[in-house]
Amino acid sequence: MFDIERWQEIFDTIRKNKLRTFLTGLSVASGIFILVILLGLGQGMQNGIAEEFKEDAATSIWVWPRRTTVEYKGLNPGRKVQLRNENFEVISKSLGSGFEKASMLYFPQNLQVLYKNDPLAYDITGTNGDLQEIENEVIYEGRFINETDVLHNAKVAVIGRKIREEAFANVDSPIGEYITISGMGFKIVGVFGEYGQNKDEEERIFIPISTAQLSFNGADKLNNINFMLPEMETFEATLAKNQEFTTALNSYLKQYHNVAPEDERAIRIWNPIQEVKRYYSLSKGIEIFFWAVGLFTIIAGVVSVSNIMLIVVKERTREIGIRKALGAKPWSIIGMIMHEAIFVTAIAGFAGLIFSLGLLELVGPAVNVDYIVNPSVDFNVAFATVIVLIIAGAIAGFFPAWKAVKVHVIEALRDE
Amino acid sequence: MIEIKDLHKSYKMGSNSLHVLKGINFSVEEGELVAIMGSSGSGKSTLLNILGMLDELDEGSYDLDGVPIKNLNETKAANYRNKFLGFIFQSFNLINYKSAMENVALPLYYQKVSRKERQEKALKYLEQVGLKEWAGHLPSELSGGQKQRVAIARALAAEPKVLLADEPTGALDSKTSYEVMDLIQKINDEGNTILIVTHEPDIADMCKRIVHLKDGIILEDKKVNQVRASQYV
Repeated sequence: MFDIERWQEIFDTIRKNKLRTFLTGLSVASGIFILVILLGLGQGMQNGIAEEFKEDAATSIWVWPRRTTVEYKGLNPGRKVQLRNENFEVISKSLGSGFEKASMLYFPQNLQVLYKNDPLAYDITGTNGDLQEIENEVIYEGRFINETDVLHNAKVAVIGRKIREEAFANVDSPIGEYITISGMGFKIVGVFGEYGQNKDEEERIFIPISTAQLSFNGADKLNNINFMLPEMETFEATLAKNQEFTTALNSYLKQYHNVAPEDERAIRIWNPIQEVKRYYSLSKGIEIFFWAVGLFTIIAGVVSVSNIMLIVVKERTREIGIRKALGAKPWSIIGMIMHEAIFVTAIAGFAGLIFSLGLLELVGPAVNVDYIVNPSVDFNVAFATVIVLIIAGAIAGFFPAWKAVKVHVIEALRDE
Repeated sequence: MIEIKDLHKSYKMGSNSLHVLKGINFSVEEGELVAIMGSSGSGKSTLLNILGMLDELDEGSYDLDGVPIKNLNETKAANYRNKFLGFIFQSFNLINYKSAMENVALPLYYQKVSRKERQEKALKYLEQVGLKEWAGHLPSELSGGQKQRVAIARALAAEPKVLLADEPTGALDSKTSYEVMDLIQKINDEGNTILIVTHEPDIADMCKRIVHLKDGIILEDKKVNQVRASQYV
C-alpha cells in the first residue's frame, strides 16, 4: 500500500493507458452518478408525498361541540354543548400522559378589527402556543403565540400570510404594527402560513387564549380543543394509542356534559389518522419501490464494473505472463492489478459521488413540482454504495487476474 | 550449470495420460551455447517450461547452478526465475505501453532495485545491444529485430545465470535473424550460458552444441563447429 515503487509503477501504467483508465473511470463514475440521482429522486418523491399530507399534524385530534340529538337524564335534545377551560384542564391532567401538544381555541364573535382606521374582515381566534405544531403552521416572520403571552394576557397578534399580503403590503414588515380589536390595541408579533394549498386558513388572526376570553366575553368558554399524540414506532401502535385516547376523551366529555353515550353528534371528534393510514401505506410502498430500484441499480452497477474489470484484466493477460517470466511473484502481480483497479474505481467512484451530490445539492432545493420535493440522498448510503462498487470491482478483477497468473507462461506467450 | 537426470513429465488429457518427456539426461556447462531442436510435439517446449521453472517435473532431478529445483511454490519459483534465468521469446513479448528502457528495467523492478539504478542499468544494456538512442521509444515504434534486441537486453538486465531463448528468430527474416544470432553469439562469448529452442537448422548451426529431441527422448547430442553469424551480416 505504501510502497512508493509500486505507486510509481501504477501511475506509469495509468498514465500510459489513458484511454483504458478514462473509460473504466467514466463507466464507474457514471454508474455512481445515475445511482445517486435515482436514490435522490426516490427521496424527493417520498418528500413530495409527505408534503402533500403535511397540512395538519398526522396524529392530531380535534374536538368541537354541537347540539345534542338524544334525550338524556331528562334533558331535551337540541341542547347546545359548551366546552369549558375545566374540560381542557381535566383532560390535560388525567388523560394528559398520552399527548405531546394540546391547544384550545376560542372564537370571539362580533368584533371590529381595524388597522390604521381601515376595517379588516378577518376572524379572530384565541389560542395557545401548541396550535402551531398541531396545525403545522410555518412562521414566516417573527414568532407564534407563546406560553408567556397566555400567562400575562398579552395584547399580541399573529396574522396569516394572506392578511400580510392583503392588508400590510405597504410596510416592510408588519411586525411591531398595531391593529385595533374592538377598541383595544394588539401588537403584531408574527406572520404564519399553512402548508400546501390551505390558503383560507391563512386568513386568521391569532391572539392569546387568555386575552381573548378575558377581553371578549369569553369567560371560560372554548370552541375547540385539539391534541397531538406522539408518533409511535409503528403505525399500528400510533393508531392504537390514538383510539385509546379518543375513547377516553369521548366518554369523559359525554359524562361531564350529560350527553347520552349513544349520541355521536353532540361532540364531534375528528381524527385525521384515518386519512393518514392511507399515507402510511403509500409511503411504505414507495419506500419499498425505491429500495428495489436502488438495489437493482446497485446490482447493475456491480455487473458493469465487474465486466469492465474482467475485460481490463483479460486484456492484460499477456502482460501478466511477461511479468511472471521476468520473476514477478504471483501475489505481486495480483496485488498490482487490484491496487490499480481499486485506485481507479475509487477515484472515479468518488468523483461521480461528489458530482452527483453536488448536483443534488445545487438543483435539489429548487425542485418543487407535485410529488417531488427537494431530491436529496443520505451521504452514508451513497458512500456505502461507492464502497460496494469498489469491492465488487476488486472481486471481479481478482478472479481473472488469479486465473491469468496461474496460466503457464510459455504457453500464454508463445503463440499469437 | 544445468544438470538434468532421468527427467519424466506427463500431462493428463482427460482420462488419458500423455507422456511427453520420457527420461531426459542432459547437462550444460557454464558458457555453453546449446540449441535444442525437434519437431513440434517432440517435447522441447515442455523441457523449456521445466528449465524455466514454469512447470514442475514428475520424476528425476533438475539442478541449476548447484541448487536443486524441486517442490517450488510459485513465490520461490518466481524468485529463482528472477535471479537465475532470462527469457527471450519468439514474439518478443515486450510490454507495449512501456518504452524500450522501461521494458529492460522491468526485471530489476522485481529485484527491488531502486528506480534510478534501474534506469542506469537499463541504458547500459540497451547500449550493449546497440539501441541506446531508442531508449525512449515504444515497442510499436521499433522494427522486429530491434524489438528482439530490446528483449535480449531485458533478459540480460537481471544478470541471470542462464538465458533461455524460445525460437528467438522465429518471427524475423533471415538477415535480421543473423543479426540477432550475432548478438547472441557475442553475449555467449562474454561467458553467458545460453539455451536456444529452434527448429531452424541454420540457427542451430550457429550454436556450439545441438540436442535433438524426438518423442520425448534425446535422439542426438553433439558438439558442432560454430558458424559465426557475423559473416552473414
